[in-house]
Amino acid sequence: MTRGEVVEWARDIYDDLDFTVVRRWLDEHPNGKAGGYLPVYAPREVLHATGFLPVGIHGAGDRLEIIRGDAFYQSYICHLPRSVIELAQSGRLDMLSAVLFPSTCDVIRNLSGMWKLLYPDVYVRYIDVPQIPDPVAASVFWTGEVQRLLDDLGEVSGHRPTDGELRHSIVLYNETRSMIRALYVLRRERPWDVPTEELYLLLRAAESIPPEEFLVRARQYLAAVEADPKRPRDNSRVVIVGAFCEQPPLGLIKSIERAGCYIVDDDFLLGNRFLTHDVPSDGDPVRALAGAFITNDMASSVLYEINPLGKRNLMKNRVAAAGADGIIFATPSFCDPALLDQPMLRAGAETAGIPCIAFKYAENTGQFQQFREQAGTFADSIKLWGAA
Amino acid sequence: MAEALKDRSMVMQKEMIANHFERLAQAPATGEPVVYTFVPGNLTELIRSFGALPVLPEINALQSGMRKLSGDYIAEAERAGHSEDVCTYVKCDIGMMRQGNIGPSGTKLPKPDLLLLSYTGCYTFMKWFELLREEYDCPTVMFHVPYQGDGKLEPEHREYMLRQLRDTVIPALEKATGRKYDEEKLRHHLTLSAMAEDDLVAVLQSGKLRPSPIDGYFGTVYYVGPIFSAFRGTQEGVDYYRALREEVEERALLGLGPITPEGSLVGEKYRLVVEGPPNWTHFRDFWKMFADEKAVVVASTYTKVGGTYDFGFRHDPSDPLGTLADYCSGCYTNLNLPARVDMIVNYIREYQADGFLINSVKSCNSFSAGQLMILREVEKRTGIPGAFIESDLVDPRYFSAANIKNRLESYFQMIDARRASRPT
Repeated sequence: MTRGEVVEWARDIYDDLDFTVVRRWLDEHPNGKAGGYLPVYAPREVLHATGFLPVGIHGAGDRLEIIRGDAFYQSYICHLPRSVIELAQSGRLDMLSAVLFPSTCDVIRNLSGMWKLLYPDVYVRYIDVPQIPDPVAASVFWTGEVQRLLDDLGEVSGHRPTDGELRHSIVLYNETRSMIRALYVLRRERPWDVPTEELYLLLRAAESIPPEEFLVRARQYLAAVEADPKRPRDNSRVVIVGAFCEQPPLGLIKSIERAGCYIVDDDFLLGNRFLTHDVPSDGDPVRALAGAFITNDMASSVLYEINPLGKRNLMKNRVAAAGADGIIFATPSFCDPALLDQPMLRAGAETAGIPCIAFKYAENTGQFQQFREQAGTFADSIKLWGAA
Repeated sequence: MAEALKDRSMVMQKEMIANHFERLAQAPATGEPVVYTFVPGNLTELIRSFGALPVLPEINALQSGMRKLSGDYIAEAERAGHSEDVCTYVKCDIGMMRQGNIGPSGTKLPKPDLLLLSYTGCYTFMKWFELLREEYDCPTVMFHVPYQGDGKLEPEHREYMLRQLRDTVIPALEKATGRKYDEEKLRHHLTLSAMAEDDLVAVLQSGKLRPSPIDGYFGTVYYVGPIFSAFRGTQEGVDYYRALREEVEERALLGLGPITPEGSLVGEKYRLVVEGPPNWTHFRDFWKMFADEKAVVVASTYTKVGGTYDFGFRHDPSDPLGTLADYCSGCYTNLNLPARVDMIVNYIREYQADGFLINSVKSCNSFSAGQLMILREVEKRTGIPGAFIESDLVDPRYFSAANIKNRLESYFQMIDARRASRPT
C-alpha cells in the first residue's frame, strides 16, 4: 500500500462515527464483544484476552452536532463527555457490552455513574489506578483490580481466559506499544517523513481495530514512508503538551504543522503507550500486568507525581529527549488535569529557558486561524531568537 | 444591612475557630506541628493523636470568599498563570499564600510540616497539593482513597487504605511531628468523635420536623464547620455539638423555625432538599433569597462532604484505623452517581420535601459533572420537578443575583401551582 492509501484507510475509520469497523468485527466474530474505554489508561490486554475488541472512545471531535449531549452538561464542563453522551444517546455506541472509565479526572469518573444509570445492561467499571509511592501496597491493590476486571469481563463475554491467553494478549500489546514507540522515534528523527497528521490518523484508527491488524497497517505505513521520503524543511521542532484526554481536532494538528512546526513529541492518545516498557510475558500474567504499571516511569497529569522536582523537570527532560526547540501547551478548555498541571510544567520549562506558548481548544473547534498565527509566530520567533 | 442574628452555638463556634487560628499563628513559636489536609477524608483524629494542628485549605478559601477577599486572591493566582477554568478554591488558596498567607482570623497561617494529601472524592486535591508542595517545599504524603465506583466499599479497597495508613501515613506523621504513633490516643479522639457525631445527626435529622427547627443547608454549613475541620475528636467539638443539639431541640419543642440572617423564620412555606455547595461570596444574599420566600432547606448533600453520619456511620474506637478507612470511603463526593441519586431521593422522602434544587458550581467537577443527570433521575423517581441554578464557590464573578433570584421565584411559583392543582 502507498502512504496515501494507508492514511486514507485510517482517515475513513477516524471519520466514521458509526464505528463500522467495530460492527463488522462483531459480525465476523459472533462470540466476540466490543469493550470501550475512555482516556487515558485502561489495561486493554484484559479486554482483548476476554474476547473483547478494545475500542477507544475519544468523542466525536468536530464531526457531530451536539444536541442531546448538551442537555447533560453545563457550559463549564469540557466538551469530551457531551460528545461521548451524544454518540451513546444516538445509538452509535450500542455495540459496546462494556465500558471502562479510567481515573483521569472527576468528569470521566462521574460519567461512569451516568453510564450505570443510562445503560444498566452495559458492564461499567471505574478504573482507579494506584496513586501511591509504596510499590508493595500499590501492587497488591492493582493486582486485585486487574484480576477483578478479568473476572468481570470474562463473565460478560463468557470467555474466561487461560494464563496462556492473557500472556498472548500481553505479547500482542507489547508489540503494539513497541511499534508506536518506533513510529514516534521515526517522527522525532525525520518529522518531515512522518507528518503528525498521518501518524495521528494511524494511531486513531488503531483505537477501533484489533491490535493484530494495526501491526500490519503500521508496517505497511513504515514501508511506504521509506519508499516515499520527503524533503526536510526549516521548521521549528515542538512538543505538544496537554492533549492527552479530549483530543484536538485534526485541523488543529494540521494548522500547527502548516505554521512551520514539526511536532516531535506529543501526548495525543497517551493511553496507547502509557506503559513505557514491555510487560513480562512469563510468570503470573495478572501480576505481570499490574507490576508493569507499578514500575512504569510514565509521568502524566493523571498520576500523582511522587518526586517533588518531577513537574519542574519534566518538560526539560521531554524537550531534551525529543530534541525540540519549544513547547506548545495545547489544552482542552476546562480540562482540570492539564490546566492544573500547566503552571508547574511551564515554570519548569521557562526556568530551563525553553520557549513556550499556550492555547486552549475544544474537540469541536472549527476555526484555526488564530492557532496558525500563534504557532507561526512561535516558530518564527524560535528561528529568529532561539540561538541568541 | 442589619447585623446577622447568631445562635448561641455560632458564638461558641466563633470562639473555637478564633482560638484555633491563634494557636496556628503561634505554632512557629510554640513548636506545635501543623498538618494541611482536606475536608473530605480528613484524618483529624489521627493528626490530633500526634499533637498536630490541622489546616484545611478549603475552609480558608471559603472564609476568604465570605470575607470578600477571594476575588483578589483569584486574580493574583490567575496573574501567576493559573487558568480561569479551574477550581477557584485552589486559586484562592494560592493567591492568599502569595499575599502573605493571612488566614480567616487575620493572623498569619504557619507553613505546613506535612501536606497530608487525603485523595478522597476529588481529583483536584492531587493537583492542589502538588502545587502547594512547590510553594512550601515540604514533605507530602499521599493517602489514596479508592472511589466507590460500584456504590460500596470493597473489602480489598479497605485493606489498601489500611496498609497505606500503617505503612505510609503514620510513618510520615511520626517523622513530621517527631512523635510516636499512640493508638490509645487515637482511640480517645475517636471516642470523642462518635459522641459529637451522635449529636450532629440528631441536629441534622431535626429537619424532618414540621416546621424544621434548622436550615439543613445554609444554617448547617455552620453546624458542620467544627466536625469537618479541626474539631472532630476533641472535647471542644463534643461540647459544641451537645450545646447545638440542646439548642435545636429547644427550638423544636417550641415549634420554632430555623434561625436565618434576619431572625427566626416564621411560617415555613417550602421544604427543599439542596444538592451542591453554596456560593460563599454572596452567602448571606443567597440565603436571604430562600428565607424571604419562607423556603427552608430540610436536608442537603453538601453538608455530607466531610462525612455521611446520618446514614449510620460513626467513628469506632475499637477499630481505629479501619474506622478511618470507612469514614474516608463514605464521604459524599466519593460516592458514585447512583448512590448520590439514592441519597437525594431518600432525603426528599424522609424529610417530606416538596422541592429540590441543585446549585451547580463552576469550580467543582466532582460535584457538578453529572448534576443534570441527577436532576432527571431524581425527578423521575420522585415525581417532583427540580430547580437548577449556577454559581461558583468563591469567584464573585460567577454570582448573578438577579438570575438566581428569578429562577428561585419561578421555581417557588411552580411549587405553588402544583399544590393548587392537587386534588384536595
